[in-house]
Amino acid sequence: MLFDWFTFVAQIINFFILIWLLKRYLFKPILNAIDERESLIAQKLRDAEESKVNVKKEYEQYQQKNSEFDQHRDDLLNLAITDINSEKVKLRDQTRSEIASLRTKLKEALHNEQLNMGTEIIRRTRSEVFSVVRKTLGDLASANLEEQITHVFIKQINELNSDERELLQAALNGSADEIVVRSVFDLPIIQQDNIKNTIQLNFNILPIIKFETSSQIIGGIELITNGYKVSWNIEDYLALLEANITERLNQNIEIMI
Amino acid sequence: MRISPDEIVFFEYGFVKINFTIVTTWALMLFMVIGSFVITRKLVIETKISRWQSILEMILIGIKGQIEEVGLHKSKSYIGFLGTLFLFLFISNLLAVLPVYEPPTSSLSTTAALAVSVFFAVPVFNIMEHGILNYLKSYVKPIPIMLPFHIISEFSRTLALAVRLFGNMMSGVIILGILITITPLVFPIVMTAFGLLTGSVQSYIFTILASVFIAAAANEGEKDIGS
Repeated sequence: MLFDWFTFVAQIINFFILIWLLKRYLFKPILNAIDERESLIAQKLRDAEESKVNVKKEYEQYQQKNSEFDQHRDDLLNLAITDINSEKVKLRDQTRSEIASLRTKLKEALHNEQLNMGTEIIRRTRSEVFSVVRKTLGDLASANLEEQITHVFIKQINELNSDERELLQAALNGSADEIVVRSVFDLPIIQQDNIKNTIQLNFNILPIIKFETSSQIIGGIELITNGYKVSWNIEDYLALLEANITERLNQNIEIMI
Repeated sequence: MRISPDEIVFFEYGFVKINFTIVTTWALMLFMVIGSFVITRKLVIETKISRWQSILEMILIGIKGQIEEVGLHKSKSYIGFLGTLFLFLFISNLLAVLPVYEPPTSSLSTTAALAVSVFFAVPVFNIMEHGILNYLKSYVKPIPIMLPFHIISEFSRTLALAVRLFGNMMSGVIILGILITITPLVFPIVMTAFGLLTGSVQSYIFTILASVFIAAAANEGEKDIGS
């Protein structure tokens, strides 16, 4: 039998029952689950989008802050560089000034030292030389030496140039006091006479001469009258030696500075 | 030679006959409902889901997509009917690989019952969608003389639907039976595989045709409302 009415009706009923059951136990729960998941995913996507927007906003804020920070840092850096440069210039100027001051002080110190040293050298040299000369002259001092000194002194008077001669003449003429002749040792009478005669011959006066001895004179004779002095003295040579030494020392100090 | 599983009768009381078709249908129903219950019992809405739920969702989304493709935009309203139709036919035909089992769809009574269900579903959905007046109006469109042709069309369509499915399923079963008697080895396996294929295709065609009929009627109604 190809077709059965009861089966036909039963199958229709079965089918509708199946529709109801599947709707209840299959389609509805699954479709609901799908819808819920879709809404969940949509919500998550919305949240993600929102987060993305927030992140982008925060990123932009961060970028802005970063650029501001960079700008601020650059400004500070430039300021610091400017300060450093000005400070450097200031310190350099200060250092130069201090160096100049120190150099000046050093120069002064060296100069003082030079002076002291020169003075000391001169003093010592003089002392030594004087000591030696004194000793030598002391050893050599004799009538013959005195005679030679007198002879040189007389020669000096005779060889005075016209200006000096005039000055001495004026001094001798205007002198109310006696003429003083100083020497280390007492001059013998003959030499005293020779000096008197030389003055008389050269200046046409009769001199009253007072002969004195002086330990200050190392070796030599000096004539003093009315503030004018004619002398021949070893001291003059020593003064020349002192001048030469001082000049040499000055040259050495300038080279050092 | 037995053509339909209706001929195997287990219980008969007057008009009432419990035959093999009804019994297999009940078994299928039980299997589908229990399976649905078991799977949907542990449904989760999180993004990570079980394999079974995933498969079911894929099938349902596929059915839903197909329904929408034929023009039924409110797919949720139709998925109960059309989804059940497809799953019943598909599982019924798929289980044909089991020995002893004969698909209920190889019974003309079943296919006719399903076709008649579609036959009634078309106007029911149409009325639900557009109201009874618009539905009735569609029978006299474009001119009242078309009424008998519309009626004939409805019946012939239902008959074609029923016979197509029955013919395919019954022929598959019969060919398999004949082949087993001629060449009991190897060849029936190939034919069974073919049977699975044709069964799947037929269940798909049946459901799609039902969808198209419903959609055609629904769209006709929409056009009427529009005009």
